[in-house]
Amino acid sequence: MGYWAVPMLSKFKGRSKTPAVARSAGASLRVLGLTWLILAVWPLLAPNDYLVSLGGTFFINLLLVLSLNLLVGYAGQVSLAHAGFFGLGAYTSGVLSASLGWSPWAGLAAAPVLCALVALFVGIPTLRLRGHYLAMATLGLNAILSVLFVGLVGITGGPNGLIGVPSFTLAGWDLGVPAAFFFLAWTVAGLAMLGLRNLVQARAGRGLRALAASDIAAACMGVPVLRYKLTVFALSAALAGVAGSLYVHQNNYASPETFSFFNSVLLLVMAAIGGLGRYWGGFLGALLFTALPELMRSIHDAELLVFGVAMIVVVGYLPAGLAGLLDNRIKRRGGQP
Amino acid sequence: MLDAQFIQLLLAGLGTGGIYAMIAVGFNIIFKSTGALNFAQGEWVMMGGLFAAVAVSEMPVWQACLLATAAVTLVGWLSDRIVIRPLRNHAPLTLTLVSVGLAIASKSLVMLTLGKNPQGYPGLSGARKFEVLGAHVDAQTLWILAITVVLMLLTHVFFAHTRYGTALRAACANPEAAALVGISHRGAIAASFALAALYGGLAGAIITPMTLMSYDSGAMLGFKAFSAAMLGGLGNLYGALLGGLLLGVLETSIGGYLTTQFKDGVAFLVLLLILTVRPHGILGRPDVVKV
Repeated sequence: MGYWAVPMLSKFKGRSKTPAVARSAGASLRVLGLTWLILAVWPLLAPNDYLVSLGGTFFINLLLVLSLNLLVGYAGQVSLAHAGFFGLGAYTSGVLSASLGWSPWAGLAAAPVLCALVALFVGIPTLRLRGHYLAMATLGLNAILSVLFVGLVGITGGPNGLIGVPSFTLAGWDLGVPAAFFFLAWTVAGLAMLGLRNLVQARAGRGLRALAASDIAAACMGVPVLRYKLTVFALSAALAGVAGSLYVHQNNYASPETFSFFNSVLLLVMAAIGGLGRYWGGFLGALLFTALPELMRSIHDAELLVFGVAMIVVVGYLPAGLAGLLDNRIKRRGGQP
Repeated sequence: MLDAQFIQLLLAGLGTGGIYAMIAVGFNIIFKSTGALNFAQGEWVMMGGLFAAVAVSEMPVWQACLLATAAVTLVGWLSDRIVIRPLRNHAPLTLTLVSVGLAIASKSLVMLTLGKNPQGYPGLSGARKFEVLGAHVDAQTLWILAITVVLMLLTHVFFAHTRYGTALRAACANPEAAALVGISHRGAIAASFALAALYGGLAGAIITPMTLMSYDSGAMLGFKAFSAAMLGGLGNLYGALLGGLLLGVLETSIGGYLTTQFKDGVAFLVLLLILTVRPHGILGRPDVVKV
C-alpha cells in the first residue's frame, strides 16, 4: 500500500500549496476583498434611493441565507425557523428601542443573544437525536413564533405590525439614510463573510464538514458532534437575529407576515439554489432572492413557480447550486493556458 | 362536566382531529416508503378542496368530492412519476428538500390556474345541523367522523390483510428483500405517493365546507397534521388516528375554553413537547438513535 501511496502523495503535493478544503471552499481573501470593494460603489451608481436601500436589503438577505447555508450546508442540519429567528431579532431590537427607548445598538446586541438562547432551548433536546428532528422542531418553532408575533398585540402591535422604530445613529449621524444604512449593512455582512471564511478553513470548519457527511465518522475522528451542532445552530440563529435587528431599524417597522414559516422555506430554497456548503452559495442565493422579485415585478405571480421548479432542479440535479456551476466554470477556464 | 358546550367542542374537535388523522396517514405512508418528510402533503389537501369547489357547479357535492379525490390521487402519482422517481435513490434529506420545491410549485400552479379567492361549498347534507345532548352539531362533522372511521378500517384491512397492502409494507420494510420476491420498490413508492395524495385530497374535499379553502391554506393544515403524526408516532397508522383525534380535541378545547388568539400554536407546542419528551411518539417504537 505504501508503494502506491508515495507517488500519489507527491503528485498531490505538486499541485497546490493550500490545503484541499480551502481550495474547494473557494474562500479566497483577495476575491472577497475585491467583491466588497466593488459592492461599495453601488450607492454611487444606483439611480435612486430605492435601489440604494435595496442594496441594504441585499446584505440583510445575505446574512440570512449565509447563516442558513452554514447550518444546512456545513453542519447538515435543516432549520425551518430562520424567518422566525429573523423576526425574533427584529421584534427584540424593535420593541427595545421603540417601547423602552433603548439605543438601537443595544438592540443589535440583544437580538442575537436572545435568538441564540432560543436556538439552544430547541436544539439541546432535538440535536441529540439522529435524523432530522431539528427540522421538525424548528417547523413548530416558527409557527409558534408567528402566532406570538400576531397574538401578543400589547408588545408587538399584533397584525398591524410594530411601528415607530428609530433608525441607527452614529455620533449624531442618521444611519437611516439609505446610503448610510447601506454601508452599515455592508460592514456587518462583510464581517460575516470574513468570519465564515475563517470558520470553514479552521479546524472547526473541517470538523463541521465531516459531521455533515457522517456524524458517526466525525465522532470517531474526535469531533464533539453534539457541541458542534449546537454551536453552529446557535451561531446561525444569532446571525439571523442580527439580520432582524438591521431590518427593523432600516424599515422602522416590522410586520408578522415577513417572518412566516413560508418565508423560512423560501430562505431554504435560496440557500439550496445558491449552493449548500459552498462559500459563495449564501451570496448568490441572497443575490437571487433580492433581485428576482424586482426583475419579475410584471409577472409577480409566476415567481413562486420559478422558485419551486428551481428548488427541484437544483436539489435533484445540481446539488452544489449556482456556486457549484460558477466554480466549475472558473476551474475549466483556469485549466486552459 | 357533560354540558352542551363540552359536547359541542368535543365533537368539533373530533371532526378536526379526523381530518388531521387522514392527512397524518398520508405523511406516514410516504415516510415509510422513502424516509422523507413530504412537504407537498398539505398542498394535496388544499387541492382536494379547490378541485371539488370547481366540480361542484356541475354535479352533486358527493360526486364532486369523489372526483376531486381521484384527481388529487392522480396528482400524487404524477408527482412521483415526474419529480421523485428519477431521484428516488437519493438520501431522504434530499427527497425532503425536493418535496419542498414540489410543494411550492404545486401551490403556485393552483394559484395561477384557480385564482386566489377562498372557495367553499355546502356539506354532504347541505347546511343541516343536529342536536346531540343539547349541543348543535354540523351534519358535516358527523360525515367527517364517519368517513374517518370507515377510511381507517379500510386502511387497516388493506395493509394487514390484502396482497397489495402486505407487498407495500414489505417494500417499505426492506426494499432489497422485497425486490427479490418480485415486489418493485419503484412501484411501491409510486403507490405510496398516490395513496398519500388520496388521503390528503379526500380530507381537503370534506373539510372545505366547514372552513373554506384557498391556495395558501394547505401548509397550515398539513403541518398541524404532521404534528399529529409525530404525536402518535411517525410511521404508525394507529398512531396517526390517535394523534389526530387527540390533537383535534386539544386544539378545539383550548380554543373554546382558554384563548382563540393562540389556538393555532397549540399543535406546534405539542410538536415541540413530544420531540423533547418522547420523540418516537405515543405509539411509536423507541428506535430513535441518540448521537
